[in-house]
Amino acid sequence: MNSVLTVLKRFYRWFFFRARGDSPFKRLLIHLGLIAACIIAVYPVLRVVTISLRPNDTLLTTSLRIIPENATLDNYKEVLFGAPEKNRKSDFFLWLWNSLSIVMVTSIASVTLAATSAYAFSRFRFPGRNAGLIFLFTTQMIPAGMLLLPLFIMLAKLQMINTSLGLIIAYSVSSVPLTIWTLKGYYDTIPVDLEEAALIDGASRLRTFTQIILPLSSPALAIAFLFSFMGGWSEYLVARVVLQKNEMYTWPLGIFTYAQQFTVAWGKFAAASVLIAIPVMALFLYSSKWLISGLTLGSVKG
Amino acid sequence: MLPFFIQKGTGAMEEKNGLRRFLPTFLWLAAGTAVIWGLIRLIAPYSAGITLTQKIIVARITEVGGFLIALLVGLAAIEVYVYQIFFRGPRDLTTGIIVRALQGLFGLTLLMSVVAFFDLTDLIRLGDGPLAAVIRFPINLPATLQRALINASFASKSSAGLWSGLLLVVIVGILLAVVQALTRPRSTKLGLAYLLVTPAFIGIFFLILYPFAFEVKLAFSNASLGTQATKNASYGLIYGWQNLVTLFTGNVAKEAKFFEVLGRTVLWTVINVTFHVTGGMILALMLNRPMKLRGLYRTLLVFPWAIPTTIAAMAFRNEFDSRYGFFNIILRNLQSWFADVASHTGSWLVIGDAFNWLAQNIGPVSWKQDPFWAFVSVLIVNIWLGIPFMMVIILGGLQSISHEYYEAAEIDGASPWQSFWNITIPLLRPVLTPAIILGVVWTFNKFDVIYLVTQGGPQEKTDILVSSMYKAAFQFYRYGFTAMFALVIFLILFIFTLVFLRVSGGLKSATE
Repeated sequence: MNSVLTVLKRFYRWFFFRARGDSPFKRLLIHLGLIAACIIAVYPVLRVVTISLRPNDTLLTTSLRIIPENATLDNYKEVLFGAPEKNRKSDFFLWLWNSLSIVMVTSIASVTLAATSAYAFSRFRFPGRNAGLIFLFTTQMIPAGMLLLPLFIMLAKLQMINTSLGLIIAYSVSSVPLTIWTLKGYYDTIPVDLEEAALIDGASRLRTFTQIILPLSSPALAIAFLFSFMGGWSEYLVARVVLQKNEMYTWPLGIFTYAQQFTVAWGKFAAASVLIAIPVMALFLYSSKWLISGLTLGSVKG
Repeated sequence: MLPFFIQKGTGAMEEKNGLRRFLPTFLWLAAGTAVIWGLIRLIAPYSAGITLTQKIIVARITEVGGFLIALLVGLAAIEVYVYQIFFRGPRDLTTGIIVRALQGLFGLTLLMSVVAFFDLTDLIRLGDGPLAAVIRFPINLPATLQRALINASFASKSSAGLWSGLLLVVIVGILLAVVQALTRPRSTKLGLAYLLVTPAFIGIFFLILYPFAFEVKLAFSNASLGTQATKNASYGLIYGWQNLVTLFTGNVAKEAKFFEVLGRTVLWTVINVTFHVTGGMILALMLNRPMKLRGLYRTLLVFPWAIPTTIAAMAFRNEFDSRYGFFNIILRNLQSWFADVASHTGSWLVIGDAFNWLAQNIGPVSWKQDPFWAFVSVLIVNIWLGIPFMMVIILGGLQSISHEYYEAAEIDGASPWQSFWNITIPLLRPVLTPAIILGVVWTFNKFDVIYLVTQGGPQEKTDILVSSMYKAAFQFYRYGFTAMFALVIFLILFIFTLVFLRVSGGLKSATE
C-alpha cells in the first residue's frame, strides 16, 4: 500500500513538476491546445471539400459529416467541362487563364523592381535614401480603394478598362513598397564581407549583386514572389472595377457568380474553389518552411 | 531538389560538373511537360464544353507581350540615359556641349511626355494653344509616325504600330549611341544606387504618387456621374468644403453617418489586431519548443493564410446561412444536447438548471439579419484569416531569442510570467512594432472580407470606412466626395502611425 502511494507521489511529481524541460502535463496541455487550434484552422477548409463532393440533390442538408453520403465528382465535372446536355459551357479555364496571365506578369515585374531597388537601399548610403524608405512605408497607409478611383479614371481615359493590361497596371506596383522593405531587411543580414572579397577579386558591383546577393537571398525572393502572386491571385475588388465583361473575368469574379445564388450553385462554387485552392495552397505550404527566414530574418538582425 | 535558379549557392563556387548541376532542372522540365501533356490529353475530349480557345491564348500573349516589350525598351532607354549621366563624362569642351545638349533634349522630351500624360488623364488642362501642341508632340509621336507610314504606303494598318515602334527605337538608340561615343567613363560612387532605384520609382511615381495627386485634385471638385467623371467637373476650394461638410454631416454611403462608421472601424481594427496578436503569440509560444509533430502543427495552422482570401470569405458567407451553415448547425446541435442533459438531470443540484440556462441562451443565430451578429460574423472570418500571419512573424522573432536569457532568469528565480514580460516582449519589439503598425493599417483598410461576407449589410451596419468609400465611388458614383473621404481616411492613419512611432521608438533600427 505504502509503495503504491510512493509510486503515485513520484508520478505526480514527475507529471506536474519535472525538473528539466517541460513537464508531461504541460506538454499534454500544449498538444491539446494545438490540436484544438488545428481543428479550428482546418475545419472550414474541409467543409468546402465536403460540399464540393455532395450530390446535387442533397446540397441542402444539416449533416456535418466530412465525407458526405453518396459522394460524387459531378460538381467537378460540371465546373471543368460544362454540361453539354444542358447546353452549358464552362468558363473555368478561361477565368484561370485570365488570372494566370495577369498575375504572372505582375508578380515577376514587382519582384524584379523590388529586388534591384532593395539592393540599393541595403548597400548604398545615397542622398534621399531615408526619405525614400519612409515614403515607401507611408504608401502602405493609402487605403486600397483610395488609389482605385483615380486609377479607374486614369484607365478609362487611356481606354484600358476591360483589358488585361489595365489590371496588370493596377496590380503591378501595389506590392512593390512592402517587398522592397522585406528584401532590404533580408539583404541587410547578408555579410558585406562576401561582396567586398569579390570586389577585391575584380568583380563588378553588378556581378556581385547577380552572383552573390541574388542566389543567397533566394528564400526571400521566393517568398516575395509568392506574396505578390497570392495578393494578385485572389484579388477581387480592383478586378471587379476594372473588368466588366464576362469573358475578361478573373477567377475570383467568376467564382463569385456561383457564390451569389445560395441554392443553385453552392456545390459548383465549392468544387471550383477546391480546384483553384489546391495548387496555390500546396505551393504556399511547401514554402512555409522558408516563410520564417524569408519574412522576419531582416527585422530581427542581431 | 529544386531547379538551379532557386538553389542556394552560386554556380561559380560549386564543384559539380555541368550536367549534374542542371539535372534537377531537366527533371523539373520533364515533369512539367508530362503534367501539361497529361492535362491536355485529359481535357481534349471535353474541349467542346470549354470556352477557352487557342485563339484567346494567342491574342492575350501578343497583347501582353507587346506591352511588356514596349515597356522594357522604354525602361532600358531611360536606364541608359541615367547611366550616361552618372557613369560617363564628356571628353572635352566641344563634345561636352553636344552631349549636354543631347541629354537636355532627351530630358526635356521625357518631361514633356510626362506633362502631356497628365493632360491626357485630366490632372491638368493644357488647352489647345501652340504651347500645348509642342508639349503634346512627343507623346503623339508614335501615332503621327504611324499615320505618316500608312500615308507613304510603307506599312499596312496592322504593321504600322510595329514599324513606328522600331523606328522610334532606332532614333533613340542612335541618340544614346552618339552620347556614348562622345564620352569617356568616369568613376562614381552612388551612380549604381540611383540606377537600381530608378525603375521601381518610375512605377511608384505613375501608379501611386500620381494617382494620389489626382485624388487630392479630385477632392476639390464636384466630379460625379453627372459630370461624366472629370470631363465636365469644376474645381475649387468651395467644392472641397462642400465635400467635407457632406462627409461629416451627411450620409457617407446610403444612410450611414461618418462618425458611426468611424467608431465601428476603430472597434473592428482594435478587436481584430488584439485577437491576431494574442492568438498568434499564444500559438507561437506553444510551438516554440522542441516537440513531436511540430512541423505538422505549423503546416496545419498556416491553412487560413494559405487559402485564397476570396475563397475563404465566400465559403464563410455560405456557412453563415441560418439553416445550412455549419455555425448554426453546431449551435443547434449544442442547444439540443444541453436540453437533453437538462431533461435527464432534472433540477438535480445546480447542474440541471445550468444546462437549462445554457439551452435557453445558446442557439442558432440570425447571422445575416441581426446587425450585431453580422458584425460578429465578419470579425470571426477576419480573425480566422489573420492569426497565422502574426504567428509566423512572432515565431520568427522568438526563434532569434537566445536560450541563455531564459536560463539566466530561471537561475535568478524569475517566474515564467516575469521572464515573458521582461525578456520575450522587449526582445520581440523590433518584430512586433512594424507588424502591429502594418496590422492596424491593413485591418483598417481591409474591406474585401466585409464586402464578400456581408456586403456591408444589413442596412450598412457592418460597413467600415473603406467599404463605405468603395460604395460611394462605385455604387453611387460620387467621385469628388469619395476622393475627400479617402484623404480623410489617409490622414487618420497617417496621424496614428506618427503617434505610434513616436511612442514606440520608431523605425530607426530599420532605416539605419
